[in-house]
Amino acid sequence: MVQLIYLTTLLPLLGFLINGLFGSKIKNEKIIGILGSATIGISFLIVLGAFFQTLNMPPDQRQTIVNLFTWIKVGNFDVNISYQVDQLSLFMGLIVTGVGFIIHVYSIGYMHGDKGFGRFFAYLNLFIFAMMNLILGSNFLLLFLGWEGVGLCSYLLIGFWYDRKFEKGTTGDAAKKAFIVNRIGDFGFLLGIFLIYMTFGSLNFNDVFSRAASLTIPQYVSNFIALFLFIGAVGKSAQIPLYIWLPDAMAGPTPVSALIHAATMVTAGVYMVARCSILYASAPAIMELVAIVGALTAIFAASIGLVQNDIKKVLAYSTVSQLGYMFLALGVGAFSAALFHVMTHAFFKALLFLGAGSVIHGMHDEQNIQNYGGLKKYMPKTYITFLIASLAISGIPPLSGFFSKDEILWYSYTNGNIIYWLVGAITALLTAFYMFRLVSLTFDGKERFGHDKHPHESPSVMTIPLIILAVLSAVGGFIGIPEIFSGEHGNQLDNWFEPIFKPAQARIAMFGVHSNLEEIIFMVVTLAGVIGSIYAARYIYIKNIKPADSLAKRFNGIYGLLLNKYYVDEVYDAAIVTPIVKGSETVLWKFADVKLIDGLINGVANLIDKISGSIRKIQTGVAQFYALMMMLGIVVALFWIILSL
Amino acid sequence: MTNNYLITLLLGVPLVGALLLLLIKKDKENLVRYFGLLVSTLTFIVSIIIYTGYDSAKGGFQLVETNMWISNLHISYNVGVDGISLLLVLLTTFLTPLTLLSSWKSINKNVKEFTFFMLLLELGMLGVFVSLDLFLFYIFWEAMLIPMYFIIGIWGGPRRIYASIKFFLFTMFGSLLMLVAIIWLAVYASGILGHFTTNLVELYTIAPNIPYGIQQWMFLAFALSFAIKVPIFPLHTWLPDAHVEAPTAGSVILAGVLLKMGTYGLLRFCLPLFPQAAIHFAPYISTLAIIGIIYGALVAMVQKDMKKLVAYSSVAHLGFVVLGIFAMTQESVQGAVIQMVNHGLSTGALFLLVGVLYDRMHTRLISDYGGIAKIVPVFATFFMIASLSSIGLPGLNGFVGEFLILLGTFKSPVLDSWWFAGFATSGVIFAAVYMLWLYQRVVFGEVKNPKLNEMKDMNKREIFILSAIFVFVIWIGIYPSTFLKVSETSTQKVIEQVFTPLNGEAK
Repeated sequence: MVQLIYLTTLLPLLGFLINGLFGSKIKNEKIIGILGSATIGISFLIVLGAFFQTLNMPPDQRQTIVNLFTWIKVGNFDVNISYQVDQLSLFMGLIVTGVGFIIHVYSIGYMHGDKGFGRFFAYLNLFIFAMMNLILGSNFLLLFLGWEGVGLCSYLLIGFWYDRKFEKGTTGDAAKKAFIVNRIGDFGFLLGIFLIYMTFGSLNFNDVFSRAASLTIPQYVSNFIALFLFIGAVGKSAQIPLYIWLPDAMAGPTPVSALIHAATMVTAGVYMVARCSILYASAPAIMELVAIVGALTAIFAASIGLVQNDIKKVLAYSTVSQLGYMFLALGVGAFSAALFHVMTHAFFKALLFLGAGSVIHGMHDEQNIQNYGGLKKYMPKTYITFLIASLAISGIPPLSGFFSKDEILWYSYTNGNIIYWLVGAITALLTAFYMFRLVSLTFDGKERFGHDKHPHESPSVMTIPLIILAVLSAVGGFIGIPEIFSGEHGNQLDNWFEPIFKPAQARIAMFGVHSNLEEIIFMVVTLAGVIGSIYAARYIYIKNIKPADSLAKRFNGIYGLLLNKYYVDEVYDAAIVTPIVKGSETVLWKFADVKLIDGLINGVANLIDKISGSIRKIQTGVAQFYALMMMLGIVVALFWIILSL
Repeated sequence: MTNNYLITLLLGVPLVGALLLLLIKKDKENLVRYFGLLVSTLTFIVSIIIYTGYDSAKGGFQLVETNMWISNLHISYNVGVDGISLLLVLLTTFLTPLTLLSSWKSINKNVKEFTFFMLLLELGMLGVFVSLDLFLFYIFWEAMLIPMYFIIGIWGGPRRIYASIKFFLFTMFGSLLMLVAIIWLAVYASGILGHFTTNLVELYTIAPNIPYGIQQWMFLAFALSFAIKVPIFPLHTWLPDAHVEAPTAGSVILAGVLLKMGTYGLLRFCLPLFPQAAIHFAPYISTLAIIGIIYGALVAMVQKDMKKLVAYSSVAHLGFVVLGIFAMTQESVQGAVIQMVNHGLSTGALFLLVGVLYDRMHTRLISDYGGIAKIVPVFATFFMIASLSSIGLPGLNGFVGEFLILLGTFKSPVLDSWWFAGFATSGVIFAAVYMLWLYQRVVFGEVKNPKLNEMKDMNKREIFILSAIFVFVIWIGIYPSTFLKVSETSTQKVIEQVFTPLNGEAK
């Protein structure tokens, strides 16, 4: 199975080609949907087979390189299309193909009747193709190919309903914004790749990482490499200051939000930093930066999520916030914990989005939670699964989010400092609050929608995926039970990743020694706060709506600031976008190009024209005049000769 | 040595074809069209034969044919190809039949003259790439101006006269200086060899020893001529005008091939003939190239006319090529060569697509479009692929070239600073901005202009033309080795030529 890993990119590619080229001719939704889903389902089975095969190998030999062909070769520069099957890529591959398959199936129901049905599945397959290249690539360039490829699919899918309006503009604006902001990150990523090649003389992971572990590199070079790569991660994984594209990405169909903008693509930055753990371990200052950016993003996005009224917007800011957690974990060197959260987050956030999709579906495209209310009796399956996901993301034991979040919080203290922990813990409280505000406003309380809406439960092709994800969200945490509960076996997930992160862990300062009692206290404190938060949200938003209003009134300024997302988009627009566009138009084009450069050249031409125009006047064509001039010339010449005699 | 005459055959087919075309009656327009297509296709086949006959592992000039021409001046008809020129020959012979095919319906006045000039143009372009004698090169270089002048001036848009004269004067200005430099070189050579020569291979051994002070002037005279053609900022202002006024076929050839003659000239003459001067000026020219990358992109972003947008984007793309050449590393120069081909394909495709729109709606203003994805889905797909190729998306051709150029620039010993690659890399952001914004405004959104509703999607002929280009867009993106291999030894040789005299002196 390991040797067949290339099929996990080839099959989605085939699915893309078939549905893309012939989708409009096939027309039959069943054929398109089954074909599109089957390519991913089979890919999942292949990854699963490769996983078990790898599991049977000794831990330090669990890496297989599957080389396909030479991609770019010039002189010593030699990069192959080749895949690296190891603990990290298998872990990510299982998430991508597994969750991907579930979402594909869900989409058969969700996209039913859409005129772009074939195109949708084509793009979705293309996304999996790119994402698998991103994960499996054995060198930085192939990673970058996947990286840009998923960006493209994100672009295509955000703008999927290309003729619809979205907020102040169109879906096309949101799509373009996503691609361009990501390109700003890619700019950094590319510089990182160049510097890596300069420094290590190769782009292959194995070469680069082994050399990074053994060679002595000047500190500033290590710092720049880590920094440049991190800029790429900040773009793709929507961290401050480049997170602005992700909330707008909600313009795409909801399964896309679930798959690309929650479960998989946005975690690519986390994957990349984890993959390059040794490069980061060599740059402690940048690790610190990663942690700070992560922590800030976590609390910042969560605060915005508190007041948003669009169901998908809340979830989008929640995603940004949760990704912040992952970077906080990476920054303190808890690579395994970050990946653990990638997985649990993929389960519960995909579930939340699909649940939101189910609600939107049942409410005829209404997305404002203020217009929901009391939906649990109309869509019980959606409600229960949504509730499980909300409990999971809030960190209620023993659901999956509890374990992964707790691990991150714990390491942010032991390996970072108390402030990281505090920021993380407050974020956890905010998370619980906005999630249960969302649940209460949507499913509980009075019905606030008009009589024209007839909420209904979604078909089973949509609810079965919800149930599967709910089970995963509930039990997924058990693969990473912390040592204090699991005893001598330790954390299974940490063990699995141990060979990958060993070189980096060896370079990072040892984890501080802390007692089990301390760990339990921290856990209990956070948990108590989270439960309090949930009760507060339920009290405010179910029992009595008024405190929320008066709260909003009393803190009008803050409320407005949050509601308008701190005006970051407006500031960017005024400070960056407008000056560049206006400057290019007035200064560069209309002045420099047309007036200055072209004016100068045309000016020279005019000057020549004028001079020759005046010279031309001498050539009157009157023979008498020429004769006269000739005579004069002869006379002058004669005089000159006579004088010089 | 049996296929010695292949290059002459390559030049002969379009020449004889053009002359035979004159025998066809003017009103038999379709016959003229088919004949033009046949001739250019035959030329393409000849170039394929040349490709198979070329041993890329060996490198150097091959299939060389030398005949003394003006014997007392030692000017010879000396032609041949190396890996670099071969790729450009293939690009030329590939694009010419496609452009003829693209003009099938859109050119319907003076079809015969048009086809005649297109074939002459092809002859001129091929001549430039295969000449191994400076005098012969100069003749082709100048001769090619004439058909292009007429193509813009006769079949162009409303301001075609202004544009064609501007194009002509700009280029003429540069080439006069080059002529002076060529004559000076020939005279200089006579001091060493005892006879005049304009033979490139001979000059390769002589010219690098020219005193440094004079070398600089020689370099500048050549470089200026080529810089106008590329065009390098700030000599680019002829380009948007020429593109906007030229008919689609003219734009495709102009962007696809003509601009490459400038970068080809830099690589073929400036670097190996005047290596010390080239190294000396490299940081300055690279700086201009980078300004071109960013400036071209920003100005492209705010254009209202699609063709102007693509024209300014060419300034940016060619900036990459020039940067690659003057970074003078194996990666960057290989990248520059493949990027010449890439730009010919992707920008050629973009101009063809703009032509498709223009044929239907007779406007190139971006604001006249919007929401056509629903009306012309095939067009929307093709336009997307061409845009992505232009943006440099990995997996498509543009990425390979840009990446190699930037990588080579980053490690370039001649430029010796991260700043060059740093600034140039920012071009990847701007390229996405102007292309995607264009795409969004034309293809996405709601249909605001009711006339668009009657637009017809691309026909089979148009689909064929663009599919043919996209085959290579994807091929180069996924398996560029086929093409990189062709020029590898030749670019290696150029770099050796640049650095050998320097090393000799240092010791």
